Amino acid sequence: MAGSAATTNTKPMNLKLRVWRQPNRQTEGQIVEYPIKDISPDMSCLEMLDVLNEDLLHQGQDPVAFDHDCREGICGSCDLFINGRSHGPEKGTTTCQLHMRKFSDGDTITVEPWRANAFPINKDLSVDRSAFDRIIQAGGYVSVNTGGAPDGNEIPIPKDIADRAFEAATCIACGACVAACKNASAMLFVSAKVSQLALLPQGQVEAKTRVENMVAQMDIEGFGACSNIGSCAAECPVGISLENIAILNREYLVAKATSNTLA
Amino acid sequence: MVLNSKAPEGPLAEKWDKHKFNVKLVNPANKRKYDVIVVGTGLAGAAAAASLAELGYNVKAFTYHDSPRRAHSIAAQGGINAAKNYQNDGDSVFRLFYDTIKGGDYRAREANVYRLAQVSVNIIDQCVAQGVPFAREYGGLLANRSFGGAQVSRTFYARGQTGQQLLLGAYSALSRQVAYGKVKLYTRSEMLDVVTVDGQARGIVTRNLITGEVQTHAAHAVVLATGGYGNVFYLSTNAKYCNATAAWRAHKKGAYFANPCFTQIHPTCIPVSGDYQSKLTLMSESLRNDGRVWVPKTKEMAERLRKGEIRVQDIQEDDRDYFLERKYPAFGNLVPRDVASRNAKQMCDEGRGVGASGLAVYLDFADVIKRTSAQAVSQKYGNLFEMYEKITDENPYELPMRIYPAVHYTMGGLWVDYNLQTTIPGLYATGECNFSDHGANRLGASALMQGLADGYFVIPYTIGDQLAATPPKPVTTDHPAFAEAKAGVQARVEQLLSIKGTRTPGQFHKALGHIMWEYCGMARNAEGLKHAKAEIQKLRREFWQDLRIAGTGEEMNQSLESAGRVADFLELGELMIDDAYDRNESCGGHFREEYQTPEGEALRDDDHYAYVAAWEYTGDNQPEVLHKEELVFENVKLTQRSYK
Repeated sequence: MAGSAATTNTKPMNLKLRVWRQPNRQTEGQIVEYPIKDISPDMSCLEMLDVLNEDLLHQGQDPVAFDHDCREGICGSCDLFINGRSHGPEKGTTTCQLHMRKFSDGDTITVEPWRANAFPINKDLSVDRSAFDRIIQAGGYVSVNTGGAPDGNEIPIPKDIADRAFEAATCIACGACVAACKNASAMLFVSAKVSQLALLPQGQVEAKTRVENMVAQMDIEGFGACSNIGSCAAECPVGISLENIAILNREYLVAKATSNTLA
Repeated sequence: MVLNSKAPEGPLAEKWDKHKFNVKLVNPANKRKYDVIVVGTGLAGAAAAASLAELGYNVKAFTYHDSPRRAHSIAAQGGINAAKNYQNDGDSVFRLFYDTIKGGDYRAREANVYRLAQVSVNIIDQCVAQGVPFAREYGGLLANRSFGGAQVSRTFYARGQTGQQLLLGAYSALSRQVAYGKVKLYTRSEMLDVVTVDGQARGIVTRNLITGEVQTHAAHAVVLATGGYGNVFYLSTNAKYCNATAAWRAHKKGAYFANPCFTQIHPTCIPVSGDYQSKLTLMSESLRNDGRVWVPKTKEMAERLRKGEIRVQDIQEDDRDYFLERKYPAFGNLVPRDVASRNAKQMCDEGRGVGASGLAVYLDFADVIKRTSAQAVSQKYGNLFEMYEKITDENPYELPMRIYPAVHYTMGGLWVDYNLQTTIPGLYATGECNFSDHGANRLGASALMQGLADGYFVIPYTIGDQLAATPPKPVTTDHPAFAEAKAGVQARVEQLLSIKGTRTPGQFHKALGHIMWEYCGMARNAEGLKHAKAEIQKLRREFWQDLRIAGTGEEMNQSLESAGRVADFLELGELMIDDAYDRNESCGGHFREEYQTPEGEALRDDDHYAYVAAWEYTGDNQPEVLHKEELVFENVKLTQRSYK
C-alpha cells in the first residue's frame, strides 16, 4: 500500500534548466541554459519541457527535440537523463511520470540524452535505440507462424512460472539500464527477454540458439560488458530484476557448453 | 457509388467459412511476386505484417515510432475477449457476437461482428504459442475475468498490461520476419499520402522524421493500421503522437469515412489539472467493481468544498448523492461507459462537481476498505492506486479518487467491406482505423480482440482475393502518380513552413479540442453543432494564415510534424460535426440532447438511422457527400437498452 507522499511543493516554481542541444548526429552538441518560470508542481517533467518549447517557438527559436508518446509510463519512448540519473530522481518512474513536485523552487535541473555508443544521438535529447530491435530480431521470439497453434489450455504453465515470465516480459525497452551502466551494457534488457522465453515451455525448443544469437548481436551493436554492479536494475523504471542476468548467464553457459553450432 | 458490403449470403454461422472458400487464392510460388505495404505496427499492423510475410508476400512495414513496440496498443490495460467458454459459464460465439452488437447499440454489421467472435478463440491460441504470459490459475490453465457489458467471464488478461504483452507478441512475430528478410521495416517514417494509379492503391508517400527526406514506396496493395482519431479532442487517453493523418489522406484520395461522430468517452479518467495538461490518464474500468461514484447532494455544499471551506471528510453520508446507484438500481456503478459518462457530466453541469475546477466526481473506496482491508484493495488495484497518487499527489486509500470522463476510443473510421477493403481498390483498413465492428459504442476488452482478429486472421485471407486478380508484375514508383503525390507532400511541408505567423500548432490544437469537446463531446445538439462548424472553419482559416513553426523540412522537426497532424484534425473535426448533425437520433456514444427518453436515456431511431454513414470527400472546402449502407439485422432483435 502506497503511503502518503511527502509533498514538498504546492506553489509555482522558477527553475534553471540546463539542456543538451545538438542539431544532428554530425554536429557537436553543448549544454544550453534556459531559465523557466511559473512551473506548476502538478506538471510532469515532459509537460515542463512542453512549456519550454512553446516559449522557444514564440521566441523564434528551435524547440528541444525529445522522444515521448504515451505519457503514462508504458510505451518506453521517453528517455531523459536528469541530474545524472536515468529518468531522474524518483525510483521506479519513467520521465513522463516524474512530476515537478519532486523538485524545489530555484533548482537547477540538467537534462541530457542517454549516453551510449550503441545509442547515437538523432537530435538534442532524442537517441536511436534501433539496436534493441536488432537484438530482438536476432532471436527474441518463438518461431510460430499464424494459424495452427494448439488450444491455449493445451500448454499448462504453473502459475509461479507464468508470473515470473510476466515480470521479465514487462520490460519497456526504454534503455535506462544502458544509460545507468558505466559500461553501457544492455545485459538487463537482453536478459529480460531471454528469461521470459527460457522460463516458458514455448521457448524451450529454440532456447540455445536464442541466447547465443541475442548475446552475439548485443556485442555487435557495441554495448559494453556486464560487471554485475546492478545500476541497471536500480534505475529500471519498471523494476526488472537483476535475477534475469543470472538466468541469462546460466542459459548462455549451458548453450555454449552443449552448443549444436560449432562456431 | 453503391456501397457493397460484400457480406456473404447464407446463415450467419456459415458466412465466414463460405467466404474463405470463395475468395481467390494466390499460388504459394506466386506470393513472393507480390509486395504489400503495411502502415502502422500496433496490434493490427504488426499482426498483419508478420502473417502476410509468413505466407510469402514481400512486406514493407512503416511506423513513425522509433520501434514497432511503441505503438499505442501497448497502453491497453484490461484484457482481450474470446469466446473460449473455459469457465463453463454459458459463453459461446453467438453470445459474444450478441453482446458486441447490443453493446454497440445496433449500429454494426452483423456478418463482421460474428466473424470477430469466431476468430477470437484463435487469437488466444496464437498468443499463447508466441509466449504471451497471460494470467493463469494454480492448475496452470488460463485465467479469465469479467468485464463491462457481459454476464460471462471471457476476458483474458496479463495483469493491467494486456495490451503491452499482446503487442510484444505481435512485435516478436514481426521481428522474426524482419530477420528472415520477408519484412523490410521503416521506422520513424510517417505516411503522408496514398498513391493511386488508375483508381487502385499502388503505394504511399512517407517523410523520414530524422532526415526529413520525402520518399515514395510502391506495392500491389496497401494496408492501413494507423489507429484512431481521439486526439482531435486534443486531450484524450491516446498517446501524444496518435493522429488521423494516414486515414485522412486516404479519405481525401477516395476512401469513404464512416460514422466519424461515434467516439467513446471513458468515464473513469484522472481529471484535468491545468492549462499545461498534455494528455489524460485512464483509470481502469475494473475500479467500478468496488468504487462508489458520488457528488454532494447540493450545489451549495459542492461550492463550499471547491473553495476549501469544507473537506470531503466533513460531508456526512446523508449529504452524498450516489447518483448511479440512485438512478440505476439494477446495474448501479457498473452501467456501461456511455451512461456513466453522461451522468457524471450532468452532475457537473448542475454545479455539483468537485475538485478545484468543478469538473470531477468522486470514486470512493472507503466502503470496500472498511468491508475488507486496505491490504486486500491494494492486491487488486495497487498499481492503479500508485499511478493515481503519482499524478495527483493524493492518497486514494484515504481520500476518494476524483475522476472525470475523457475521450478514449473512436468507433468510426474508414469504411471497409467484409474484406476490410476501403472504397479504393487495393487499400485496406484494419484495427481502430476502420469503422467495422463496434457500432456506436465499444465494449471493454474488444479493441485488442478486433486489432488482432483483423491482422492475424482476416486480412491474410481477404487480401488474396484482390491480389489474385492483379498480374504478378513488379510495381515501381516510375508512374507519374508517384512524382505527383511526392510533389504534393513537399509543397505542403513548404507551405506549413512559410506561413511564419504567431500561433503554435499546440495552440491551434487546444483551440480545436475545446470546440470539439464543448459541442461534439458527451452531448450534442443541432444548434451547438452549427455553431461549432462555423468556429472550426474560422480556426482552420486562421491556421493557414497564422501558424508558427520553427526550422526546416530537411531535419528532425517535431513542430512541423505536429502542424501537419493538426491541419488534418482541423478538417476531420468538421466532418465529425457534420455527421453528428446529420444523425438525428441518440445511440451509444452519440448523444443528441433532442433525442432522449423521458428518463434522459439515449433514444434510437431504427426506422430512419439504422445505417452506416459513409462520407465521400469531394474537394477542398466542398461539402462531403453522404452514402448510406443500410444495416440489416437478421439474427438479433433491436431493443432499447435499459439498465434501470
